[in-house]
Amino acid sequence: MSTLVIAEHDNSSMNVATLNSVAAAQAMGGDIDILVVGTGCQSAAEQAAQVPGIGKVLVADNAAYAHSLAENVAPMIAEVAAGYSHVMATATTTAKNIIPRVAALLDVQAISDISGVVSEDTFKRPIYAGNLIATVQSSDSIKVLTVRGTAFDGAPAEGGSASIEAIAAAHDSAKSSFIGEEVAVSDRPELTAADIVISGGRGMGNGENFDMLYSLADKLGAAVGASRAAVDAGFVPNDMQVGQTGKIVAPDLYVAVGISGAIQHLAGMKDSKVIVAINKDEEAPIFSVADYGLVADLFVALPELDAAL
Amino acid sequence: MKVLVAVKRVVDYNVKVRPKSDMTDVDLANVKMSINPFCEIAVEEAVRLKEKGIATEIIAVSVGPQQSQEQLRTALALGADRGILINTDETLEPLAIAKCLKAVCESESPDIILMGKQAIDGDNNQTGQMLGALTGYGQATFASELTIDGRNATVIREVDGGLQTLALPLPAIVTADLRLNEPRYASLPNIMKAKKKQLDTTTPADLGVDIANRVTLLGVELPAERAAGIKVEDISQLVDKLKNEAKVIS
Repeated sequence: MSTLVIAEHDNSSMNVATLNSVAAAQAMGGDIDILVVGTGCQSAAEQAAQVPGIGKVLVADNAAYAHSLAENVAPMIAEVAAGYSHVMATATTTAKNIIPRVAALLDVQAISDISGVVSEDTFKRPIYAGNLIATVQSSDSIKVLTVRGTAFDGAPAEGGSASIEAIAAAHDSAKSSFIGEEVAVSDRPELTAADIVISGGRGMGNGENFDMLYSLADKLGAAVGASRAAVDAGFVPNDMQVGQTGKIVAPDLYVAVGISGAIQHLAGMKDSKVIVAINKDEEAPIFSVADYGLVADLFVALPELDAAL
Repeated sequence: MKVLVAVKRVVDYNVKVRPKSDMTDVDLANVKMSINPFCEIAVEEAVRLKEKGIATEIIAVSVGPQQSQEQLRTALALGADRGILINTDETLEPLAIAKCLKAVCESESPDIILMGKQAIDGDNNQTGQMLGALTGYGQATFASELTIDGRNATVIREVDGGLQTLALPLPAIVTADLRLNEPRYASLPNIMKAKKKQLDTTTPADLGVDIANRVTLLGVELPAERAAGIKVEDISQLVDKLKNEAKVIS
């Protein structure tokens, strides 16, 4: 049994999300290699080589892989994957975009977003927005899996010294090309990696009022998220959305402010270790998952909380 | 320009699903079914392309049981021109669905294929990408904006860090995210008209597609419930609890 973990990276550094897949692979057992596909991605590969317990790090470094275009990266992964029993990648938007294309190239049925490893061919995964957990068994010769990052604590990042091998093959399909990107720049931690997340909902009233959350977040070293209702209302951009159709988070502390707690929001945060809810409606469903609930007007409570910290 | 739009019949998004009593699968008996919300957004986008004079024909396709005709009729009422049902009573996996759609792409030669980014039943988020692999077409998943200019599509995608813009030569596959558009409601006259629109039926076998499942569902369970928490009186008590009981802030 051997697993190929696909590194998530920005060429210059490996994203810690990769370590969640390494942990899932370790839960299954067997040999683990990491594949880094990128452009000028040597330093990301060197970081991957430091992950303890890795056999080797394979590096496909080519200009065609610059922006992780699925049409170019998927054939590269599929080519390498043929030598493994499992392929795993943490379910970021990059992996969700690429991995099913890899699976179809290999003529296997991918399994998305696994939250548990039962055995080498049997996995648990949430379905129906997390309202049910399915146990599924794959009969494919290569198991192609994406991994729900919050379900597996990240493996250690340092202490190993795997060898690094270059792969020559290049795939340039010319089926899509990168035009540009708008990446939100923030000094705050990334939502999916933060220890503390403070999220606002429709109750925030408007985008300006999120400044109260940013102020709190900066005091706590927290990331700021939002419910779909707040995103749909145009208060904040969609990359802040926590929920089944947004980001899945499981921080040590999740503070939900002015969020009623729709099922689709709960699906994105209910695995947080401690949940605090501040809402003026004491019947709000968010209180059913909150460890500490405060029934209060957020416009009174937030300045008080800010002052108390 | 010809648009193919795929729609899936799923449990209505307002239904709270339950497992069957023997925990073998989800209980879908007497549950309201609807068009998958992401597919509805894809249909709306197709209709807007036609209203802009870019699309000339919209073909809605669905893979599923006979009742999926209802969802195809919904797509026809929203503005699709004709429908194709690939009829099967088996529960198909994304790979098999993608193979069925590939067969339709070969017979219909659409210029663009619009789909939802995922269905809200299995939450797989795979079919569009798989169809991309099987057809060799380019893919733009999680689209929040689509612009067509001649034989090129420009797509803004929702990615973890923000937004990414891609250009794709047609034919290409675009999967819809939530913010691509807000679907309209079908008007009563259009619902009546949709009943008369052409709806052809075929089967995976007719298309020569092997639909054997690769993944077996062994069972379902309810997720672990969180223990009920407590209500705090005020902010000072909350801060005290977080510092001294939960120890999550210092």
